[in-house]
Amino acid sequence: MTSASWGLRIAAFLCIFFLHFPLFIIVLYAFTTDDKTYAFPPPGLTLHWFTVAAGRADIWAALWLSVQTALLATAIALVLGTMVAAAMYKAKFWGKESITLLFILPIALPGIVTGIALLSTIRRVNLEPGVLTMVIGHATFCIVTVFNNVVARLRRLSQSQLEASADLGADSWQTFRFVVLPSISTALLAGGLLSFALSFDEVIVTTFTAGTDQTLPIWFLNELFRPRDRPITNVVALFVIAVTLIPILLVQRLTQAGEDLHGGGKTS
Amino acid sequence: MTTATSFTEQSKPEIAVCLEQVVCSFTTSGKTVRAVDQVDLEIAAGEFFSLLGPSGSGKTTCLRLIGGFERPASGVIKLFGADASRLPPFQRELNTVFQDYALFPHMSVLENVGYALMVRGVPKLERIKRATEMLESVKLAGFAARRPAQLSGGQRQRVALARALVNRPRILLLDEPLGALDLKLREEMQIELKALQRELGITFIYVTHDQGEALSMSDRVAVFNHGKIEQMDAPKVLYDAPRTEFVAKFVGSANVIPGVLIGRSGLFALRPENIRVLEGYHNGLSGELLDIHFLGAQTRLEIRVGNERIATLQSGVSHLERGAAVTLEWSEQHLRQLEVSA
Amino acid sequence: MIRRASGVLHGRPWLGLLLLLIPPLLWMGIIYMGSLVNLLLYSFYALDDFTGQIKFEPTLATLQQLFTSSSNVDIVQRTFVMSLVVTIACALLAFPIAYFMAFHTKGNSKAFWILLVLLPLWSSYLVRVYAWKLLLAKEGIISWFFDTLGIRFVLDWILTLPIIGGFSLSSSYLGMFLVFVYVWLPYMILPIQASLERVPKSLLQASSDLGAKPNQTFWKVLLPLTVPGIAAGSIFTFSLTLGDYIIPGVIGAPGFFIGQMVYTQQGTAGNIPLAAAFSLVPIVIIGLYLALAKRWGAFDAL
Repeated sequence: MTSASWGLRIAAFLCIFFLHFPLFIIVLYAFTTDDKTYAFPPPGLTLHWFTVAAGRADIWAALWLSVQTALLATAIALVLGTMVAAAMYKAKFWGKESITLLFILPIALPGIVTGIALLSTIRRVNLEPGVLTMVIGHATFCIVTVFNNVVARLRRLSQSQLEASADLGADSWQTFRFVVLPSISTALLAGGLLSFALSFDEVIVTTFTAGTDQTLPIWFLNELFRPRDRPITNVVALFVIAVTLIPILLVQRLTQAGEDLHGGGKTS
Repeated sequence: MTTATSFTEQSKPEIAVCLEQVVCSFTTSGKTVRAVDQVDLEIAAGEFFSLLGPSGSGKTTCLRLIGGFERPASGVIKLFGADASRLPPFQRELNTVFQDYALFPHMSVLENVGYALMVRGVPKLERIKRATEMLESVKLAGFAARRPAQLSGGQRQRVALARALVNRPRILLLDEPLGALDLKLREEMQIELKALQRELGITFIYVTHDQGEALSMSDRVAVFNHGKIEQMDAPKVLYDAPRTEFVAKFVGSANVIPGVLIGRSGLFALRPENIRVLEGYHNGLSGELLDIHFLGAQTRLEIRVGNERIATLQSGVSHLERGAAVTLEWSEQHLRQLEVSA
Repeated sequence: MIRRASGVLHGRPWLGLLLLLIPPLLWMGIIYMGSLVNLLLYSFYALDDFTGQIKFEPTLATLQQLFTSSSNVDIVQRTFVMSLVVTIACALLAFPIAYFMAFHTKGNSKAFWILLVLLPLWSSYLVRVYAWKLLLAKEGIISWFFDTLGIRFVLDWILTLPIIGGFSLSSSYLGMFLVFVYVWLPYMILPIQASLERVPKSLLQASSDLGAKPNQTFWKVLLPLTVPGIAAGSIFTFSLTLGDYIIPGVIGAPGFFIGQMVYTQQGTAGNIPLAAAFSLVPIVIIGLYLALAKRWGAFDAL
């Protein structure tokens, strides 16, 4: 490894600065005393808005709905994503590429396509948009996240361990229960956490499938378009960053060098 | 232990494993290759039987067919007389020691060894008792709580052995079990394995590409080449009387001499140690000394005769020099005529 | 019972495969593909001119609107150009840092750099857009920065430029471009870095050993080998920009984008057929792009 030239080094550090500075600004503005504009530098710092935000029932309701949706969508994605991963990780069969494409499609196509497509179907079959339709929509794009994590781990699972298990008298279910499941447990946890973060933060598909329900991102989106409670929005922004970052940092601990996060399929 | 007790001199020994016209083929990138090609094989109960061959010769596939990890395309596999061709591995009364040991990394050594008992629903206390006994018998009593990653290669090998034996199988399959060990440890384990097999009296089916290993441990050896068995005999017969050119070269690297060189027709095998080298030109096969390798107790001489290279082994140090003219001598009994393969 | 079932499965791996694949395939096939087909169908309907209700009769009228109405053509063009520019900018910005990460970090420090890129990627999209609203605001930090340096006139001059300029940064195409680049940049860095990781170091040494100058090595060896990574990254940046309706809505530059059109048509206008027709544009573009990217080997780099 040769040492990087100064130009390259500076470019890399500037890039990281570019990526992180806005997040730092969010942290700073959560404490500003200014409640009318986005003035910089903030005229003063206060913790006041945290207490105000904590007392807002609409925010708590939106948060609870987001958590419920994310949990349900993650549960579905865990089951379906693991099944696809188990089927695909070593088998070769005709149409395998098409199946991979099918699961990547929800993240390769713009979220708005998924959103409007689901909405058109909801309208056609006369479903009432709400938690159910949101969960269905979220699970659809979360499956690939679980799939990516689990399939990467399964590929590292040596075939001879499965054979050894069968050789020692374990049937397929026992082999899955005692050998496969413990081996992929961290991948499942990682995939689940990422799915949760993905769903918790999702807004585009949500706006089309939520009907009149308000998740936290939708509450936030409304503030973004028509700011009413600027200081409270600032606090919620900080809170949302914290909530989505905790799973990511946990996943980082669970997987080496974040390899399972790669191409993990986060989309908006 | 139910096996091998009936193994007396009068009665014919029970057949533990029987393969009849077994074919197993794989398709890779559109091409179908017969990994095992119409193999017939009978292994007696209590026998130490080796499958010997270079990589890709079909010996491992053959073992995997017996273990149930592959299915024969055609042919029949019988275990103790019963057709087992379609039986999944977990319903076969045999166990396997895998080449990479395949220990479960998330379980302790004790849990690994007790696994076969656990999946059969043996109560926990008995499980622990039997697994502990098994660990003692492979001299790993103090390692029960460790993880496989905390063991040395030789220790892992013993755990794999204990795990495969805990359920008292009638047949043990071993897929190059010593391949990953260094030379010294390998030689120790060879002796131990052979002793263990004698003590337990169960059938060992042993895959190896190391002819020395196969010869020293086995009751009988099957030599594989291109998915077929070239020869199946006791080690001594295999060594003294190779039937084909392949066996002659692979087992003990004999010289294969074309008959024209010695005024006969056909192909002949001649062991390097059975050749005497005389200085100068005499009656018989003469040539030029190409190379001298001092090996310690022996010296290996490479001699060019016509277009052939012939190796000889002489005891002690040779006083000959490179380029010298030499004559080869041997007694007729050591010259073996080989079958000319199609 | 399970033992028997698993005995049946043994030697019939396709059966197990089928059992595993059927539930997820049913889910994706019915819910997702079904919805996409349904969306396609809707684009062949039209609103009844008198009642304003959807007439469920196949017609090409709605799709025709896309190409005949000049404002609609403008929207498609505008979105396409923005996606293209954003993608190019992301690739240019991503390459140096990806190169640095691939060739000048290892072990823990590599993991740390990857985390530094991942954290913004995974922190809330909305919040990151919101952060730029704070940054770009007329009284915000970027204005403050130019004021403090005493070069406010530079910013004002930039804002007077045609097309990219505007009343303030937060209502200009320049501002929108910055936000897009910021939000999607990590999606470009990671695939490029991954594909650079796979370039054997010996190859670069071989190239310079054979007498190639550094820039020759870059153009002839390194860049061709990273095409799959760039292609993979650009699928994300391109596709995400193409369908986004939030950033164009928050950064109030004049002129609609495809995403906004889809959103307003299905919402306030109640014209799902036109919304469906508009959403076909990104599907077609991405479809063509995926076909191209596949040829470039992007799927291996995903």
